[in-house]
Amino acid sequence: MKPMLGYRKPAPGAQPNHLYPPYVSSIKRAPKQPLISIPVTLSEITGPVFPKETASPKAFDLTRQHEGEPLGERIAVSGRIVDEDGRPIRQTLVEIWQANAAGRYLHKNDQHDAPLDPNFTGEGRTFTDDDGRYRFITVRPGAYPWKNHHNAWRPQHIHFSLFGPAFATRLVTQMYFPGDPLLEFDPIFHSVPDEAARRRLISSFDWLSTEPELSLGFRFDIVLRGRSATPMER
Amino acid sequence: MPGPSTPSQTVGPFFSIGLDWMNRANLAEGSVGEHVAIRGRVLDGEGQPVPDAILEIWQADADGRYHHPEHAGSQNDATPFFGFGRIPTDAQGQFSFTTIKPGPVYGPDGKPQAPHLQISVFMRGLLKQLATRMYFPDEPLNASDPVLQVVPESRRETLIARQTGSTGNILEWNVLLQGGSETVFFDC
Repeated sequence: MKPMLGYRKPAPGAQPNHLYPPYVSSIKRAPKQPLISIPVTLSEITGPVFPKETASPKAFDLTRQHEGEPLGERIAVSGRIVDEDGRPIRQTLVEIWQANAAGRYLHKNDQHDAPLDPNFTGEGRTFTDDDGRYRFITVRPGAYPWKNHHNAWRPQHIHFSLFGPAFATRLVTQMYFPGDPLLEFDPIFHSVPDEAARRRLISSFDWLSTEPELSLGFRFDIVLRGRSATPMER
Repeated sequence: MPGPSTPSQTVGPFFSIGLDWMNRANLAEGSVGEHVAIRGRVLDGEGQPVPDAILEIWQADADGRYHHPEHAGSQNDATPFFGFGRIPTDAQGQFSFTTIKPGPVYGPDGKPQAPHLQISVFMRGLLKQLATRMYFPDEPLNASDPVLQVVPESRRETLIARQTGSTGNILEWNVLLQGGSETVFFDC
């Protein structure tokens, strides 16, 4: 039997705690009891590995899901998904969702008084290649108000959902845009205590992925947890 | 080196746009094993239903094998059981799904773990997902399960589903985010 290698624990401050009172929704929903550390078992180091047919090959392009083109600034969002040892996460499912260019989600609970775009749904998915690379075409999402505190506005962001190879590597996060003045005031962004860790949520403008006369480009690299160096690390 | 792992951020209130496409409430379809229906509610610290949560289930097949390369031999199954489900809560905070009861998966010392479902919980207000497990009632292996063993005895029952009705095929299991019967969540 193989020795059970678990996944590394995050460095202090590199991940948010569940409770962050400035993010008001966390107050009634974050557990109050400490999490319980458990031994590594097969149940944590396995996880769903989706076949590539799960996602349509067209689902990476959020600007081609309707009759016409969505309004807004067309952008490519691309990057590489690796683990903490730099190994590419190959052929893994990446799901994204976002607001339209006006800052409105196609969702019944979004009451923001901004227009919906009949040519934009805001959902996309793709698989990484054998080098861990992915690419989406979309429009830059707008900021929107969210009532967490007086005059609260979320910075522009795209939600990302990744599985990686195991239950323990599951990650849902948000990609932000460089230079967004709203980041300074956003409690969700600031829920990550360590500043360097927080900055890893901000994409970079990527000249190389721009397309002349077509689209600007942003790069967002993602790092999933790496394997423990020793068996049974707790 | 690429540096430490990317921080988690909440799924927010509008995740259904990007995640609903893979909702799957019947994991059992086409697979061999004992079918069970599981239902329950997700409740917040005030006992209020959480209408905007999703549960993700990961589990082994009836023989205790995960459909994953890490589990040697698991790919040689004529009727593979994928073992993944994504289930949203409704306006009353309720969820329900059907699956097969997994067999015992071996644990770190080679001894069997009790049959269980791995469960990730996502919702607005959670900056990162919660990891928990659901175990089955009246299961002799619960007494020696390596994960249940590290949970204080007084809290173990939060992880074990309850049988409802006279047959064993309908189970109830709730997720309580806070309070005296707060569900046990794991650092794993």
